Amino acid sequence: MSHAAAAAEFIADEERTRWHDQAVWYVRQKRDRAAKSLPEWETLRETASQIKQHTLSKLDEYLEEFERNATRQGAEVHWARDADEHNAIVLKLLEQKGTKRVVKSKSMLTEECGLNPFLEKAGIEVIDTDLGERIVQLRNEHPSHIVLPAIHVKKQEVGELFHEKLGTKRGATEADYLTEAARHHLREKLLAAGAGLTGVNFAIAETGGIVVCTNEGNADLGTALPPVHIASMGIEKVIPRLEHLGVFLRLLARSATGQPITSYSSHFHGPREGQEMHVILVDNGRSQQMTEDDLRQSLNCIRCGACLNTCPVYRRSGGHSYHATVPGPIGSVINPARDPARHKSLPFACSLCGSCSDVCPVKIPLHHQLLSLRGKIVDRKLLPASKRWSMKLAAMVLKRSWLYRILGFGARCSLRWLPRFLLYNPLNGWGRQRDLPEPATKSFRQAFRDRNRKPGDK
Amino acid sequence: MNVGLFIPCYIDQFYPEVGLATVDLLERYGATVEFPEAQTCCGQPMANTGCLDDARPLARKFLDIFSEYEYVVAPSGSCVAMVRKHFHDLVGDDPRLEGVAAKTFELCEFLTDVVGVEQVEGDFPYRVGLHQACHGLRELRLGQPSEIVGEPFNKVSQLLAGMRGIDFVELERTDDCCGFGGTFAVAEEAVSCRMGLDRLADHKQAGAQVIASADMSCLMHLGGLARRQKMPVAIMHVAEILAGRSPEEPVSGKPRSGKCRSDEA
Ligand code: SF4
Repeated sequence: MSHAAAAAEFIADEERTRWHDQAVWYVRQKRDRAAKSLPEWETLRETASQIKQHTLSKLDEYLEEFERNATRQGAEVHWARDADEHNAIVLKLLEQKGTKRVVKSKSMLTEECGLNPFLEKAGIEVIDTDLGERIVQLRNEHPSHIVLPAIHVKKQEVGELFHEKLGTKRGATEADYLTEAARHHLREKLLAAGAGLTGVNFAIAETGGIVVCTNEGNADLGTALPPVHIASMGIEKVIPRLEHLGVFLRLLARSATGQPITSYSSHFHGPREGQEMHVILVDNGRSQQMTEDDLRQSLNCIRCGACLNTCPVYRRSGGHSYHATVPGPIGSVINPARDPARHKSLPFACSLCGSCSDVCPVKIPLHHQLLSLRGKIVDRKLLPASKRWSMKLAAMVLKRSWLYRILGFGARCSLRWLPRFLLYNPLNGWGRQRDLPEPATKSFRQAFRDRNRKPGDK
Repeated sequence: MNVGLFIPCYIDQFYPEVGLATVDLLERYGATVEFPEAQTCCGQPMANTGCLDDARPLARKFLDIFSEYEYVVAPSGSCVAMVRKHFHDLVGDDPRLEGVAAKTFELCEFLTDVVGVEQVEGDFPYRVGLHQACHGLRELRLGQPSEIVGEPFNKVSQLLAGMRGIDFVELERTDDCCGFGGTFAVAEEAVSCRMGLDRLADHKQAGAQVIASADMSCLMHLGGLARRQKMPVAIMHVAEILAGRSPEEPVSGKPRSGKCRSDEA
């Protein structure tokens, strides 16, 4: 289904659309206040962007440096070309240990790889321990946002869900009560788990350490209890030195939720005693993305979600309308960049307002990338024929001033004299909710001539 | 000052008042204004749909027409952004591009940055909701967008602030997009209209009598929605306000009467 069609379905529920827009906009406002508390904000963004660009230019070297140092720390490093390889590595590690139950803290990469259904098919129970992710998991859905996975779910709906699945009181909506219930439920799962899976926010080449940022501390508990820790990361998550970390930590939480820093920024340097630690470096289309000059910068992304929160289209169409793991502006770049045929409507799910590019803490020119992806969609002949031909026709007219003048006159007349039912019909996408412009009696070019013919007559 | 006036196609056909107000304003500040008749469109609709091959001849034609002028001015941030920011994807090989891009200005920035106007004087005793058009704001930086941390400035409201009696209303979202977005308005009709209606509601709660913008395309969309909703608000291009028009006169957003005239050959 195209984004436009899915969005129209979402918007048909006017009340929910308004609620969603406001809930997400509220996060954008918190981000604004947090950003404005740092006068050096724009310098930080520029620095972060440059560190990322530099890292990408020597990605192979930094990844190998990371591997050496992580290995030295006692972790085992694995390389996965794609999602399948990644999933197979995880499964093998779990099978070696005979593990049947794992807990997972938030990781968009494992979502991208479809790890949960893969492991479940192999008979392994996977429990998401991030509250929002657990909510969508219990609802049998995918996250609709990369930082706030359950932003599309209302409190009442969480209450009903927990009543059904966790046995809480019927009709309960108090956040404290529901969170407490989830905490107990997750605590049991955490205690029973044979392995803890996490994502990685930053991997430091210089030290071989990884950093995981959460607000609930679930990554800490999920790795402190089980005997195995498996951390999955996209290869773009590496940064050269420890001193660079501060730049990103200051930007990340402020951009994501407006907090000065995430509640937990946990550093892992090798396994604790008696534990195994594995780091899986996943490519899955990233090195291909590196080869395209106009799209490379999208690998700067630190998955803060700010571009989603600011996006006027995302706010009013919901994350699921994108039919992709990562929705919003960044999703509309990376998904079609990897699979244009499947995601061909996403670069057009954008009014090109540019707010995403200005909000992005690592300065990805998102709206320009969306524009250049539109060109790629056209080159691959994936644009709907109606659009393609209307553009060809328009260009044909506009190249010829005389034809343009005649047709412009025709348009002005017909707008004036055609009966409403002919102008406003289901074929006219403009006119379903909008009136057409009131046509002028004469064009500007004619009015300008008339004006200059009779000086002083304005 | 010799100015080649660039009037976007939809202003030419539907909103001649905006073009005339632009001419009045430029002449008031001493410019000699010429309107080269061969112009049609900068190619933005095609380029923004990804049809670069269709846009290319129009960009070339633009350079043919305008490279001789001292300045090129248009009452549309969006079209100017096309020339300055996106023509290089189309005609980057053309030696004339650099020169044309450097001398092409949106009307308000031409007044503040080239002519050096601080404020425009006149009367406009109305409560005005200023709609920030995205391309003017974020491509041309006619003002400081709300996302960026830094000194606030705004070339459009700076000029308007000189009008006696003008009262800017306070919007809840100062620069959220109206949802026009060219072909987006039709391709993503549901989202586009929701965005526009939300903007109108914001102007309404703020008590705007007039919604003004430096880009007519946003106003065509907002005006179309407002008319359908029978919302009592006037829609005006900033050039019309600065040129001294009042919302009572025949201006861009008002119903018109009279017989349709074709252009003289
Ligand atoms: S593209 Fe930028 S704003 Fe969007 S999630 Fe990534 S880092 Fe955040």
